Formats: sequence, structure tokens, C-alpha cells
Amino acid sequence: MPAYLLKDVSPLGESPVDVLLADGVIGALGAPGTVDAPAGAVVVDAAEHVLLPGLVDLHTHLREPGREDTETVESGTRAAAAGGFTAVHAMANTSPVADTAGVVEQVWRLGQEAGWVDVHPVGAVTVGLDGERLSELGAMAESKARVRVFSDDGKCVHDPVLMRRALEYVKAFDGVVAQHAQEPRLTEGAQMHEGIVSAQIGLAGWPAVAEEAIIARDVLLAEHVGSRLHVCHLSTRGSVEIVRWAKARGIDVTAEVTPHHLVLTDELARGYDPAFKVNPPLRTADDVAAVREGLADGTIDIVATDHAPHAREDKDCEWGAAAFGMTGLETALGVVQQTMVDTGRLTWADVARVLSAAPARIGRIDEHHGRPIAVGEPANLVLVDPAATRAVDGGAQQTASANTPFQGRELPGRVVATFLRGRATVLGGTPVPAEGAG
Amino acid sequence: MSFGTPSVTTVLGAEDIQRAVTRIAHEVVERSKGAADLVLLGIPTRGVPLAQRLAERLAAIDPAFDPATAVGELDVTMYRDDLHRNPTRALGVTHLPAAGIDGKIVVLVDDVLYSGRTIRAALDAISGLGRPRAVRLACLVDRGHRELPIRPDFVGKNLPTSTSERVQVRLTEVDGGADSVSIRGRADDAGRDGAEQ
Amino acid sequence: MKHLLAAHDLSLDEAILILDTASQMAATQSREIKKLPTLRGRTVVNLFFEDSTRTRISFETAAKRLSADVINFSAKGSSVSKGESLKDTALTLHAMGADAVVVRHWASGAPYQLAHAGWLDAAVLNAGDGTHAHPTQALLDAFTIRRHLVGRRGGRRGGRHGGAGGDGVGADLKGLRIAIVGDVLHSRVARSNVRLLHTLGAEVTLVAPPTLLPIGIEAWPCATSYDLDETLARWHPDAVMMLRVQRERMSGGAGAFFPSPLEYARRYGLDQRRLALLPEHAIVLHPGPMNRGLEISAAAADSPRSVIVEQVANGVAVRMAALYLLLAGGSSAEGTL
Repeated sequence: MPAYLLKDVSPLGESPVDVLLADGVIGALGAPGTVDAPAGAVVVDAAEHVLLPGLVDLHTHLREPGREDTETVESGTRAAAAGGFTAVHAMANTSPVADTAGVVEQVWRLGQEAGWVDVHPVGAVTVGLDGERLSELGAMAESKARVRVFSDDGKCVHDPVLMRRALEYVKAFDGVVAQHAQEPRLTEGAQMHEGIVSAQIGLAGWPAVAEEAIIARDVLLAEHVGSRLHVCHLSTRGSVEIVRWAKARGIDVTAEVTPHHLVLTDELARGYDPAFKVNPPLRTADDVAAVREGLADGTIDIVATDHAPHAREDKDCEWGAAAFGMTGLETALGVVQQTMVDTGRLTWADVARVLSAAPARIGRIDEHHGRPIAVGEPANLVLVDPAATRAVDGGAQQTASANTPFQGRELPGRVVATFLRGRATVLGGTPVPAEGAG
Repeated sequence: MSFGTPSVTTVLGAEDIQRAVTRIAHEVVERSKGAADLVLLGIPTRGVPLAQRLAERLAAIDPAFDPATAVGELDVTMYRDDLHRNPTRALGVTHLPAAGIDGKIVVLVDDVLYSGRTIRAALDAISGLGRPRAVRLACLVDRGHRELPIRPDFVGKNLPTSTSERVQVRLTEVDGGADSVSIRGRADDAGRDGAEQ
Repeated sequence: MKHLLAAHDLSLDEAILILDTASQMAATQSREIKKLPTLRGRTVVNLFFEDSTRTRISFETAAKRLSADVINFSAKGSSVSKGESLKDTALTLHAMGADAVVVRHWASGAPYQLAHAGWLDAAVLNAGDGTHAHPTQALLDAFTIRRHLVGRRGGRRGGRHGGAGGDGVGADLKGLRIAIVGDVLHSRVARSNVRLLHTLGAEVTLVAPPTLLPIGIEAWPCATSYDLDETLARWHPDAVMMLRVQRERMSGGAGAFFPSPLEYARRYGLDQRRLALLPEHAIVLHPGPMNRGLEISAAAADSPRSVIVEQVANGVAVRMAALYLLLAGGSSAEGTL
């Protein structure tokens, strides 16, 4: 594995330095021109580029096992690397469900073999995602996959007693329950956000209260049993306010927002294009403003993609028949830059926090990911050219599926290189397969 | 072929038109040996006021003729054979006298007779409305160039024209101002108005 | 004027054009020979993803009276059991040379997709999509209201022919008051009627229990009320439109929208007593099929004020007008009717 000398790069957007990556760690870091490259090192001219810790996605759907027609661990992690990620948490709603040590170890192993990013499988909270009884959380925690994040994402752990038990049980191994907040009875048959638009265009509504009521209940449960809670894909102003209140009370709650909820609204449903059908649904402009504020002020801790690939026939049809979800690994950084950095709400240091350090900490992988950019740290890094722009083309992405709400949209920023323990998984903007990798 | 502003020639003035309508009225009465069983059907747009004027003349000649019960309007839009070649046309009103047209002598009234296709459509329309004893055709102007075997029974004026010319009829009831029939000589004028046929 | 997808898309002039055209069509339907050659050689496909004998027959009749060829395509499949995809069905129809597709679908937005996805280039007529829109129903309702009530409280006069505009030809519905009663939340008929009646200048009040009015209704161009008696007694509507209530909505256990059919009928049914509260000239409409005894009593349905049967006949005339305006002319202009 060659060494890499990144010249004139701006770590976290700050003053330019030269950085040497060697033997899997940051070997040297100094003022430009002061770092020597060993023989055989690849020199990368990184002037005007930003260096961030490798991004960590706490919420991805890799679809394998079961729906390899839409994505595999290999294609999904390749997409992640292309998007600047060095670690992803793979959600458990596969087929079979990841509710046993066996399945999570399989997914973990597939990630290792593919070699694009570190795959950390998420364990299902309940067997088969049925919401009826706890799965073997302990066995999954002890497996080779070392599961720490547990979620029934796709579905809500709606039974209050079950949620209490789960919150209590995971304390034994420093786990966290990541809740997909959606009261099922209030959202039966729901297609989009319940509001003025849904009433006009005749699509069944998904009321904000169905998300907020669950979050309110869960933060109080977490407080009562002294456990930590993570809220997936938060989307409404009310949810932000509940989390803010909970944190002020000292409750150990963290929250995530998706890139699409930072920028898209329910108005997009008027054309009945299922590219905009997602769960939780796109909300109003006021909700978008609220989540942006929440991300800027730290109420929302992280951005997570909820990358959800779908087969073409599941999106190329009537809205009512279409699947919920959008791909996001390769557009996340660009959307965050466009909505939050270029508008001055976040600095690049904040981006490192919300897209790398904080998710790594929540997922308990912060010994290796989301680290400071300093000598001796693991070389899990991403090199970004913030001045470049590109038009999104769903069909041209690394992910095996094409469903994106940003089709044709100009996004800023380009991932030039991604490094996983010092090995370039992406170089010159193109994925580089590992030697001998499957 | 003329260049610059199109040449406009007035071929009939208000008095000419009045005389023509009067003459047609006499011919109609003569041909049907009286005004009994006559029904006038004006074809929109300008055939309608012409039919009304014709009816008033007939009433003056033969008091047995009652304009209130023997005049109607026949919109032929739904029977045209050229609908698909043009933007959608709004429908006009079809209004038959209360006694209907079965067994009557129907006189179709239109302003300009040209290809004959409008009259062909009118005959189709009539076939859906009843069974007249006879159908006759009165037109203010016959400009020639028939594309179908249709001939008028009563003509106000025979007006030989070339196909590049446009015949424009103006009637007070529809257009305001004085009645007139004029010919525009512009060669490349492809527009259509209600009067051009 | 390429498609008819929603009442929302119609301007005042377009709406009046359709109604006036429907007047002429209705006149032809009282003749002995009801058939016209206007759409000879055109193919109209009835593409129904939801059962509806009444609407399908109405469109079929309309197309046949204009001499069009009619093909009935009863598509299988629902959100649960997927049949052939909408896209494949559309491509098949395109290959078959359909000039117009009349589509009824359980999914809101399906006609819009058919019209814009580029799978076929036939004219698309929405015969009802999900809970979104049913433009021809709103048009036939407006046509019926205009026929009976124009001249009551204003309404623009002066039809194209400068005459009395008998039948209300040329007129809008300005100043008329229409009450629409029932399950607004799930009703595409209500949505289309609110929109079209507003465009035509009428005032609309929706009367329903709170559970059956959608969130966001404040943005609609109409008033709302929970009290039918008060609306009838104080507001004096010129027309009352009763919407069909589905019994299934009352028996969904915890999720039922209404405690029982009896309570619904008591509070929101049009019975003899409420009928008597109406002004003398007022008419009663219903899109059908009726639940006699539930949203409308048998006496009300059969009363002389009821124009329910006439609505059906007017439906044919309105659909003939829509087919004529979409298909007869040359396809030069883009856009929706």
C-alpha cells in the first residue's frame, strides 16, 4: 500500500498544511513544503481542497441479504466510499432480518470482503421486526459484528413496554436503540405529509404528531430508565423542539436528520412523482427551516443518509403503489454543503462533527472513525474539492439503484479521494478496488 | 398577384344585398307555389340573420308565412369532415321550429357557397333531425369551385373568384356597420374567418 | 387543450365552454337519432382500474353517440395485489392506437402520470383518481345546477347567441349557494366540485363531522360547518349535494370516522324535515350510488326537488362535450383542458 502526501490541503477548512498518510495512519503533518514524502509515495495536489475525517453513516440500507437486485453490500459500500464515507451502519430490515448473530456476522463479513468501508451491522430490536419480542441483542453485541446500534428501522418499536425493555437491556453492553418514530395506527395507509398539499392532491396524510408523540414518549422512557436513545431521521419542527427540551433536561438523546429533509418539501408531491416519496415524508418549508436550525445549534447531532435503494419498477409507477425511499450516499455531502456550509450555517469543522465524529461516537466506533486530523490517528479520511459542481444523475451513480430526488440538480463539492486506513478507496473521484477484494 | 396591402373590392353594397334577398324571397315562393310548409334553416354564423331577413320578406309576400314558427338555425359543426385539420371549433346552436321538419320544404340559408362541404354536412345534420319533403339551398353568394356535387337553388349573386381570393361578407346583425360583400385579392392569405368559404 | 385531468386546471372560460358545448350535446340527445358522426374513426379506451359500471357506461355511451370506437379495458391490480404495471398498460394502449384514454384509478395522480410520463400521446380524461379529482362529475353537477338555477341570483347573462341563453347557456354560477354534505375527506367529487363551483363564481359550504374534513381545508375556497340544520336554515343554499357515505368507514373499530350509521343519518342525513328547510327553488343532487336511508332519505331522493336522475343524463352530455373538445380538433395546442 503506497503512502500518500496530500499537499496544501485544508484540514476542516482551516489553514493549508501538508499531510502524509503512511502505514495506515497520519504519519506527518506540517506547514506546506515541510513534509517529506518517502520513496514511492503518491503525491496529491490538494490545493484549495478540504480534508475531513472519513464520513460515518449511522443509517444506511444495504439490502443484502434478500434484495440484491437493488443493492448489495459491495455496491452499497462502493457508493459509500464514492460519497466520502469510511464507515456505514447497515440497517437490519433485510431478508432474513438481521435479528441474530448469524445474519449480522454475514453482513459484517461481506463488508470486510468488499473492502470499501467498515460495515457495522445494526441489529433488529425485535424478532422479524414484528414488534412483539426482543431479539437476541446480547448475542449480536458479542458477535464478530460487535453490534452496538439496534433498530427496527422501517418500522417503529411502538409498544411502550417493549421499548422500555429494549432501552434498559442495551445498557449492559453500551448499546443504543435507534427509533424510527412513526405511530403505526396514526399512519395507516399514509402516503405523504398530512397538510395543505395532501388535502388538495388527494393523498392520505402522515401527520407530524405520529412522529412527535413517539419521540416524546421515548425521551421520557429513556430518562426514566437512565438509558441513551437515538432518534432516526427527525423531520418536523415539533420533533426538534422535543429533542431540545429533552437535552435541556439532561436526557441522553441524540438525533439525526437526512440530507433530503434539509432541503425538500411536500410541495414536490404535487407532480405525483414517486422520486419524492419517502418515510418520514417530506414536510413543509417551516419544518425544513426548523431542522436546519436544529442541525446548526446542535440539537440535531448528526446527518445520516437513510440511503434506500429501490428497484425501478417500484418507483416507475403510481404514487400509491410506489416504495418509500431515496438513495443518498453519494449526494449527502453535496447537499449538506449546499444547504448548510455555503449558506454559512455550518463550518467544515461542524461538518466533520455531524457527518463523522458524532455518528462515530453514537455508534461506538470512535476509536477508529471520526478522529481528529493529527499525527498518529488512523488514516480514515476524505478529500473534498468544494469548488467543483456537478449535476446529479441517478443512473450514473455507484449505487445499483437510480432512485434519487435530486435528478438533474447541481450540487457543489466533489469527493476527490477517500482513504480507509491509509488505502485509497477513491482516487481522482473514481473508486479504486482493493487488491484481491471480492 | 398583388404585393403590399391587399386589394379589397366591394362587389355588393347594402342596397344590392337587400334587393338580392327580396328577389330570392320571390323565387322561393314561386318555386314552392306558396309559403305553406316552408321552413328556413340558417347556417351559423351569417346564414342565421340572412334567414331571418328572408323570412321577413316572405311574410310580406305571403302572410301565411309566420317567421316566428318557420325559421330555425342549423349548426353543422359536428358533421363537418374537416374537424381534425383545424383547432377545435366551438359548437353553435341548433334550433328547429316546434313543428319540426318532417314533410316540410326545408330551405337552407347560408351566406357564401364555395366547396359545398358545409352543405353536405348540413344534409347529414338534417338526416338526423327528420325527413323533409325536400331540401333546397339559398345562398347570398356563389363563388364557384365546388368539390362536391352540390348546387344552389336560389342565388343572390354569382361571383367568379380564384381560390387565392377571399370573399368577406359583412352583415349588420353580426358585424355592425353596413352590409357588404367584398373580395380580398391577397395571394398568400391563409387565414379563415367565418365568412370565407 | 390536450387532457382533462382536474377541475383545478379549468379557467372560467374553459369551464363555460364545456358547459355550453354540453348544452348542445344534450339537445342532440333528445332527438330520435341520438348519434352524431363527429368522432368517427377515433378510438376511445375506457381504462378502469376501479370498478364502476355507472361511470364506464356513461363514458361509453358518450363516445358511441359521437361514433367513436370504444374499447373497455378492466385492469386488475390494486396497491396490494399488483397486476400489470400502469406503464406497461399505457404502452400497450399506445401500440393499439388509442386516441383518448378515459381512466379511473385507485391511486391519486395516476391520470396525471399517464398524461405526462411520455408512455402514450393520447388525450387523457380523468374518470376519477383516488381521493383527488373527478372533473366530469363536477362538470355535470355544475351543468345541472346551471340549468335549473341560473336566473335565480344573477349569473352572467348574454350567451354567445345573444339570446335568452335558455338552459343557462353562456352563464356562470355567480351568486349561487351550494352546500356539499358528507364525507369530504375521502371524496374526489367534493374536491372537484369545490374547485369548479368556485371558478364559476358560486359560494360553497362543506358540511361534515370534524372527522371527515381534511386537515388543511382552511386553504380551500369554501366555508365549512359541522351543523347541517344551521346551514340549511340560516344560509339558505340554492342546491344541496349529498355525498355518498361508505359504511366501512363507520365500522373500522377504533379508527371508525363515525360511531354508527344511525348517528350519521340523524346528524347529517337529508330527511324530510331538512328538505322542508330548503328554499322552494332549491334542488338536491347526489353523485350516486345512493345509500337510501343513510345520507339521504328515500323521500328526499324521490322528491320533486331531486335532480339525481337528470344528473345521469347530463353526465352523458358533459362527457360527450369533453370528448368532443379533446378529440375533434387538430392536435396543435399542448397543455390540459
